[in-house]
Amino acid sequence: MKRKHKESLTSIAILSPSIITLAIFVYGFISRSVQISMLDWDTFANFMRKAKDYVGLENYISLFTESRFQTDLWNTLYFTLFFIIGCLAIGILLSLILNNKPRGGYFFQNLYLFPMAISFVVTGTVWRWIFAPGRLPNNPRGINLLFEQLGLQNLQWGWFTSTNSFLGFNVALIAVIIAAIWQYSGYTMAMWLAGLRGIDQQLIEAARIDGASKWQIFTKILFPIQKPITLSAIIVLAHVSLKAFALIYAMTGSGPNNVTDIPAVYMFEATFRSNRYSTGSAIAIVLLMMVGLLIIPYLVNSFKEE
Amino acid sequence: MDDKMTTQEKITRYAVLIVFAIFFLIPMYVLISTSLKSFSEVSINTMWQLPSSISIEGFKEAFAKLAPNVLNSFYLVIPATLFSAILGSLNGYVLSHWKFKGSDTLFALILFGMFIPYQSILFPLVQFMQTIGLYGSIPGLILVHVVYGLPITTLMFRNYYQDVPDALTEAAKVDGANIFSIYRHIFFPISIPSFVVVFIWQFTNIWNEFLFAVTLTDTQSQPITVALTNLAGSQVVEWNVQMSGAIITALPTLLVYIIFGRYFIKGMLAGSVKG
Repeated sequence: MKRKHKESLTSIAILSPSIITLAIFVYGFISRSVQISMLDWDTFANFMRKAKDYVGLENYISLFTESRFQTDLWNTLYFTLFFIIGCLAIGILLSLILNNKPRGGYFFQNLYLFPMAISFVVTGTVWRWIFAPGRLPNNPRGINLLFEQLGLQNLQWGWFTSTNSFLGFNVALIAVIIAAIWQYSGYTMAMWLAGLRGIDQQLIEAARIDGASKWQIFTKILFPIQKPITLSAIIVLAHVSLKAFALIYAMTGSGPNNVTDIPAVYMFEATFRSNRYSTGSAIAIVLLMMVGLLIIPYLVNSFKEE
Repeated sequence: MDDKMTTQEKITRYAVLIVFAIFFLIPMYVLISTSLKSFSEVSINTMWQLPSSISIEGFKEAFAKLAPNVLNSFYLVIPATLFSAILGSLNGYVLSHWKFKGSDTLFALILFGMFIPYQSILFPLVQFMQTIGLYGSIPGLILVHVVYGLPITTLMFRNYYQDVPDALTEAAKVDGANIFSIYRHIFFPISIPSFVVVFIWQFTNIWNEFLFAVTLTDTQSQPITVALTNLAGSQVVEWNVQMSGAIITALPTLLVYIIFGRYFIKGMLAGSVKG
């Protein structure tokens, strides 16, 4: 018994550097952000004299009534939705083709996956040049020029300089979504491919002999088996989209009328560009809660299964 | 299975693969062809054309501007990767084979740090770094990346060590080995593949990271990702220089991907199967 006790103490000693730093860097700092979000630190003067005037949820209320933040929430919703749909559709399609091991499949697989290795900052820099180089906001060229040269004038439009919106969806986001899909659809492909390789081929063969069509095999067999993998892909992608700060920052910024703004960008600008520390912290906490809403049910579910 | 397919099916499949290959290669084409143009040739009207003659002007200028930042990134990434991997390995070892009362809860509390959006800790973090005098320095950024890297590295090693049978540790204990010697003689040697996966994962993530880099450094200590976005900030955007800069930024992680692709994918899949 005594030995057991000593063992636990050694275990805790080994873990302690991690425990202590994480206690401060995660739990301490989150609490501090919550605290600042409830103070009146939206001016540099108040921040400097460390005023302890609690305003309760006032910062949150003004945030949610503000048009920029409302736009941000819509942008996040649509960005996340189309980003996930795009990555799933492309990733699944490619994995189904590659799972049949076509000649050269390995080459294609590596090609589709390489954007995962590079920074959102690089992706943003390149796609900005592709969609809208030159002096903005006048008539972006880039890919429009390519369309012109290929005789596809109908496909030309303002890309991320457009301020049009449709049912709250700022169409300027399409350009950003394409860049994000470019970076992450290989990820869904790899997830699906790993799952597909584990499926018993006899199962598929049996279904085929019973006369099931390819579509039926996909919807009735493959998709249900791959549901857990698809779900974790969705969680990871949604997580990425909430944090897509670097991509937006390098590619478009918040854009005219905030058409490509997201809460992460607003948080950065409020906190580090305009000394609105309390608003910045409130946005940060809203982001944390959004991630929580997404992750907690998923985690609870996967722990239950374990 | 391939042989059962009709020719038409095969053609359709390759058509899809090739269309997507083009989609994935367009940015690469633009990057490389623009980076090899001279400044006088960089014009929006010819952006889709190959350079008429190859010029390394852009690379020269980009490298002159970015070389200190490339060094900063290496100074940052190498120690941060090493420390977070070693600590993660020890944590994973203890949490899988030396469990104690509450250790599973502790593991969950450690893991939580992996899911938070870093905005939620960012401002207090900046203030804290200023207080302890590490703001604007590479060591400060190393500390930050080690700490926030711990949850994922701990998870990856714990999952790996969990497959090691308990009987092995028990037998070693009977032979008088203690927690440290068992790690050194049994767990550390067998976890080399796991270290490779974690190294590659951390190297890539820390190299590519932007949010901490932009908020915690000054002009002296900026990593390459921040310097790249600053290239765009100047008055006249020299696209050949910018694209060269983007290639310089992407090259180290791309090389890692090309050389260690298999391990990279492993890390990606391990990092995503959370919980």
